[in-house]
Formats: sequence, C-alpha cells, structure tokens
Amino acid sequence: MNRRTVAAALALLGLLALALPFVHVTVPGLFEGPLDSAGTLNLLGLCFVFGALALTYDIVFGFTGLLSFGHALYFATGVYVTAIALVRWHWSLPQSLALTAVVALVLPLALGAVCLRVRDIPFAMVTLAFAEAASILVLQNPYGLTGGEEGLALGGSVLPAALVGVANTAHLYWIAAGLLLATCAIGWWAVHSPPGRVWQAIRENERRVAVLGLNPFAYKLASFTLSGFLASAAGVAYLLLQGGANPQITTANFTLVLLVMVVLGGVGTLWGAVVGGIVYEYLDFRLVEFSNTAGVQNLPPVLRVPLSEPLFILGVLFIVLVLFLPDGLGGLIRRIPTRSR
Amino acid sequence: MSTLVLLLVTGLGLGALYFLVAAGLSLIWGLMRVLNFAHGAFFTVAGYAGYFAAAALPGLPPWPSWFLAALAGTLAGGLFATLTEIGLIRPLYRRPVGQVLVTVGLALATLALVEGAFGSDPRVVSLPGWMTATTTILGAAIPNTRFVVLLLALVVLGGLLFFLQRTRYGLIVRAGVENRDMVSALGIDVQRAFTLVFTIGGLAAGLAGVLGATYYGTIDPSRGTAMLISAFIVVVIGGMGSIGGSALAAVIVALVQQFLNFYAAAGTGDFAVVLLLAVVLLVRPGGLMGRPPA
Amino acid sequence: MSASATLLQVDDLRVAIGESQILGGVSFRVREGGITGLLGRNGVGKTTTLRGILGLVPRTGSVTLAGEELTALPVHEVVRRGVAYVPEDRDVFAGLTVEENLRLAERAGSELRYPLVYELFPELRERAAQRAGTLSGGQQQMVALARALLNASNRILLIDEPTKGLSPLVVKRVVEALQRAAQVTTILLVEQNLAVARHLVADVVVLDQGRVVFAGDVAELIDDPALARRHLGLSATATGH
Repeated sequence: MNRRTVAAALALLGLLALALPFVHVTVPGLFEGPLDSAGTLNLLGLCFVFGALALTYDIVFGFTGLLSFGHALYFATGVYVTAIALVRWHWSLPQSLALTAVVALVLPLALGAVCLRVRDIPFAMVTLAFAEAASILVLQNPYGLTGGEEGLALGGSVLPAALVGVANTAHLYWIAAGLLLATCAIGWWAVHSPPGRVWQAIRENERRVAVLGLNPFAYKLASFTLSGFLASAAGVAYLLLQGGANPQITTANFTLVLLVMVVLGGVGTLWGAVVGGIVYEYLDFRLVEFSNTAGVQNLPPVLRVPLSEPLFILGVLFIVLVLFLPDGLGGLIRRIPTRSR
Repeated sequence: MSTLVLLLVTGLGLGALYFLVAAGLSLIWGLMRVLNFAHGAFFTVAGYAGYFAAAALPGLPPWPSWFLAALAGTLAGGLFATLTEIGLIRPLYRRPVGQVLVTVGLALATLALVEGAFGSDPRVVSLPGWMTATTTILGAAIPNTRFVVLLLALVVLGGLLFFLQRTRYGLIVRAGVENRDMVSALGIDVQRAFTLVFTIGGLAAGLAGVLGATYYGTIDPSRGTAMLISAFIVVVIGGMGSIGGSALAAVIVALVQQFLNFYAAAGTGDFAVVLLLAVVLLVRPGGLMGRPPA
Repeated sequence: MSASATLLQVDDLRVAIGESQILGGVSFRVREGGITGLLGRNGVGKTTTLRGILGLVPRTGSVTLAGEELTALPVHEVVRRGVAYVPEDRDVFAGLTVEENLRLAERAGSELRYPLVYELFPELRERAAQRAGTLSGGQQQMVALARALLNASNRILLIDEPTKGLSPLVVKRVVEALQRAAQVTTILLVEQNLAVARHLVADVVVLDQGRVVFAGDVAELIDDPALARRHLGLSATATGH
C-alpha cells in the first residue's frame, strides 16, 4: 500500500464518517437509533476514541515491541488533567488543553526515560507499577482534585456551549472522528518514516540496531513519548464525550484490555488496532443492551451470564487468538504479502 | 503501644496472605519464566469455591464448615492451575510473550465471569465464633483470624521449604530455576516439574483465597487483582524462585504498607510499595532476571 | 577411518540463529569406542554442533545414534537414549551442593559408576556438602564430568573444551579422567588445546565456518603443518593456551 492509496482511503473513510450526522438512516440490530441520533453518535464517537487509543498502543507495542502495561496512564492523563483544569481551577478550554498538551508530552518522556532502562518483562512490570501508583493517587483524591472514586463530572458551565448538551452531540462526534483521522495519519506517517523503520528493527532485534551505530534508547523513547502523547489526546476526546472523568480508566485492568484490543485486531498493522478498538467499545456498549433483551434473559444462566459480560467474551477470544492466530485478525488478511516483515 | 502491636500483627497477617500468593508466582516465574497474570484469578475462584462449598452444606457446624471451605478453595485453586498449565501454558512453550498474554486473557475472562455470575458486591462469609472474636496481646485487641492466617502460612512455608530441600522434585525445581536447559541435558523431563510447580502455585493461591476471605470477612472479586499486584511486588523484591526471599519480602511489604497507611495518609502505604517496586526493578533488574540466593 | 561400527552419525546438520547461519550442513561420523576430536578455530560452530546433536538449539538435518534417529526427540529423551553432555562453561548448579549436583544426574545403574567417579575425583566426596558455586574451576569441571559419567547407560559423551582455563596439573587429571572414561564409553571431544587433543584422540573432525573441512586420523592432520595451520589457525606443534 503506497502513500497515495492510504491517503485516499483515509480521505474517503473520513468523508463518510464526517457525513454521518446528516444521515437519517436506521440500521436495525446494529444501532438503536438512526445514525444521526445522539445516542448512536455518542457511541460511534466513543468507538473512534478507542480506535485511536488502540492505535497509539500499536505504535509502542506492535511496531516498537515495547510491552508496556501502563499505557492507560497516558490516556487517563488526558482525561484527568483537562478535567481538573476545567472544573477545579476554572481554566478556559484552550488553557486546559494547552496544559494537557504539555503534561502529555513531559510525562511519557520522563517516565519513559526511567522505565526504558530495563527491557522485556521488567519493563512491563515497571510500567505497570507506575500506572498502579497513578491509579492509587487518583483514588486518594489529593487536595480534592481528582474526585476519588466518584470521578469528576464536567457539568454544563465549564465548556463552550457548542460542546454541551445532547443537541450538540454531533460536534463531539466530529471531534472524535477528527481525532481518529489525525491519529491514523500521524501514526501511519510515523511508522513509515525512517525512525519508524528503526522502531520495527528494534522490535525484531535490538542488538543489531545498536551494532549499526544507532541508539536504540532514543528511538524507543521517541516511540513511547509519541504514543503517550497521542493517547492523552484520545483521553481529551473521551472526556468530552463522557462528560466527566472516571477512575476506572486508570486501572491496570484497562491497560490489559487495551492490549487485548490490539492483539485482537492484529499487532503491527495500525488499522487492525483501530478495528480492534472500535469493535471492542461497540461490543462493550451493545452487549449490555443485548443481554437485557428477552431472548438472552430467557437463556439458562450458564449461557446468559457469559454472554452478558463483554470482558469474558473478549478474554476468551483473546486466548483463542493467542493460541491459534497469533497475528490477530489483521494477520489473517495480511497473509497477502505486500511488504516483508 | 497497643496500636503498634495491632499494626504489627495485622501486617504479619497481611504478609502471610501476600506470601501465599507470591510463593507460587515466584516459583512459576523462576522455573518457567512465565509471568502468570492468572494467579489472581486462582485466588478469586478459590475464595468463591470455598464460600459455595460451605453454603452447600448449611447443616455443618462452623468449624467443619470452615475447614471444608478451606479445603474446597485450596483444591479449586490447584485444579484451576493444573488445567491452565496443561491447556494454555504448555502449548505456548516456545512463545514466552504468548504465555504471558494468555494468562492476561484468562484473568480478564475469569474476573468477568465471576462478577457476572455472582455480582461485584462483596459477600459476607460466616466464620466460627472464635475467629470473629479477638485476643488481647499487650493491650491490643487482635482479631483471631490474623493468627489463623499466620499459622497456616507458616505451615505452608515449612512445607514448601521441605519440598524444595528434601525431595527429588524439589531438587529438580531448584536446579531448573538456575538452568533449565542443563536439567534437560541431564535427562530430566522439566515439563513435569512445570506442571507440578504451577499446581503448587495454584494450591497456595487457593488457600490464600480462602484465608483472604477469613481475614477480611468477605469475598470480593476485585481483591484478586490487588493481591496479584502486591504479590508481583513481593516476588521482585524477594527474588524470583526464592521461597525464603518471598517470605521475608512479604512481611516487609505488608508492614511498610500497614504502617504508612496508618501513620501517614491512607493509601500512602500502597503508593509507597508500588514505587518501591519500580525502584527495585530499575536499580536491580537482575532481581527479576538473576539467580536466587537459594 | 578404521572399520569399527559407527555409533553417531550426523548428516547435514544446519543451525541458524536469527539470520546468521551458524552451521551450514555438517556431516560426520563418530565410531564406537575411543575418543573422536571435534576441532577448529574459535567460533566455527563446534559448541553449536554439540548442542545441535542434543537438540538444545533448533536445527534441521539428521542425527542418529546406533541407527536411531534423535532429531524428533526432546532433549531429555536424547539424553536418556545415552547422550551425555559436559558443556563448555560446566554449568554446574551453583546453588546446589556437590552431592546434590551429582544426585540430580543419577539414573538407573548410577551406583555402579560412583566408584569410578570417586576414584577419579576423590575431592567430590570430601566436598559433598559444599555449594558448587564456591568450587574452583577445576573442581567444577570434575563435577561436570562426574555428572556425565553417572549416566551409566550412556553410549557417548559430548564434552566441550574441558581443559579451558585450567592449570596444567588439573589438565593432567582431566586428561586421565577422559582416558579412563573412554574405556567405558565413546567420547566426542571439542578441544582447542592441540597438545591435549593429540594425546587423547584418534580420529578428528575439523570444522571451519560451519562446515566439515577434514575428517580422518589425527596423525594425518598434525603431520601436515600446512593443513593444520590452515584449519586450526596455529602451528601444529603449539601447546595451545
């Protein structure tokens, strides 16, 4: 796939996505309301956010080979820093976004510089440790900033009017769609750039990269920081769509779910991760409704319970994939050789 | 003074739980180089197995009921672990990252299933009267459950040390932790040692699951993950493959946690312990990759 | 080579690690009884050949022991069929005692070999309770050799540079031990020390860059200085390191 094809494909998908809020069509079974309804747009927006988030993880894990168990931290940074600035300090949206951008750049840079001193499993554990520390910190609600277990609701007054209210869901949807497109474009550009090729070389054989005179640490740090920054951006979009921050996204569990999303979709394909993210969030949402339908409610508990738990289905699917299809769903399609791995 | 004693004994009790979970994790990591994320799931399932075993026979007097729960939970943990090793870990022998990933999937799926089936709210467990009472030591009123947990953990510690030092399979495990290939090169089938170690880990985690329910008075699906993280910390600090190290580290971690949580703000202890993990990993990555002091 | 029966046959053994081809098709035969030398300069693949025979590295090709194909078997099964291994770094279990190291190596019939082991290396009995990690290099080598010898049913010993880094006195004892061992089993010996090799081996197989370049009598090799220099990279009269 060359640049032009990808750009064209993205443009086409982008146009379709952006046009959705004007399409008054019902897709029964798939969505509850018509495509331009607030509920559907909100769901799609969330799906896009997760698609973008999964892509950021694919950059650091799928392309650079860094098994980070703490990626949720950077997503949560985007959510919480913006929320705190808006709600607790009463900053304007542009000011809050500027602060978030700075933190989103500095935090992965600093933590990455520390964590990347070790590799493989120790690296995974250190990243997990830092994410856990942050999770604990958030729950402790220092100085009343984070809202602890209850999270931080945005409320109506902190955002510009255009972003508030059910009627403006389309705006939030467009922001999410825009985020996804931007993340895809940046991600694609990054992994195909010269540093991106080094990332893939590092994933395959780090020692050889060092022998070639390149400094693997610098490249790994760049990958780590870029993906962390983009993850924070996704967090901001998430915050807007959800209308608040919730500590659930800081848990180790959430990072593991991210990992599963990416592996599900196909490690190292970018678009596979996006699909994985979108499908996961969709299932997560819809499965709850699906399990409340009469059809499922009437099933014996042995079937009903597992089918009502998206994480169960995800976990099982993941296990099956790891055992039988290590390249993920994307790998199935990628068997058609376009470039050598 | 009485506060000190209370914190100390409570810390030791918590440390006992950490040790039980960490011991298996440490051996599994040391021998098989597998980071078993499903270990918390063994813990959780065992707790519920014990709970329902006791509930299935409501006519039993409290002590036999408790013993039944403990037995059921331990066995459930062991069985779950054995099945996991045979069905999921063994097929992925040549893919260490795959092994870790598959335990992640198992952990997520199990937790979801348990929460879906039994709800995410904690359930109160019924304990024999003596356990709900307290004993006063040096002015501190200590819940008797702490002693039960401590005692059983000591028994397990003794048993594990005996196994490692005095049995042939224990010898194989100790050698395998150092050099798996060389053990094979002596004509020994390490695969059997793997299954054995995984099962032992599951049994210990299972017992921890029931003892955790005893200690806290409730079973709670979210506790398994928290236990797992703490156990990881203990394994890293104590040195992988080292039972003695795990015991010592478990006590240290639990005591630091308890004291800081009490004397500083709540949650500081948890935070400090997690940071300690990061520090140890960075300063001594060999702690996770190196050889045990044996 | 003499008409003695072939014990070990290696055909087209190939080992690749990552993208580098370490062994590009190694074929040779080891006849039963006595000591065959596997020689070559540093890094040509001698250790990899031994590990490939055992299956400790992924390989293609064929390895047969007395007619039985070994390549499909897991490592511990290969060892049970009678292939014992003394690795280059000895690989004793440092945290275990000498006695435990030996005990681990015990198989059916090991009791019969203990007298030989203790006769060759009496210090192993003296230091039975000592941690193997605290032994000297020479003592660790004795443990490693003893472990291999305790495999009473073994048909061939794969020994990798047993004299490396040892003092002349200890080298002498190792040589003696190998000679005694050769009376009860066959040995494939990797050795860089030509003086030692010349004493011990009858046949040699020489590797260069992952391939066999010479197979025959050791005398043939040593008596032709040009040949020896080309394949072994040093004068045939050198005493090695």
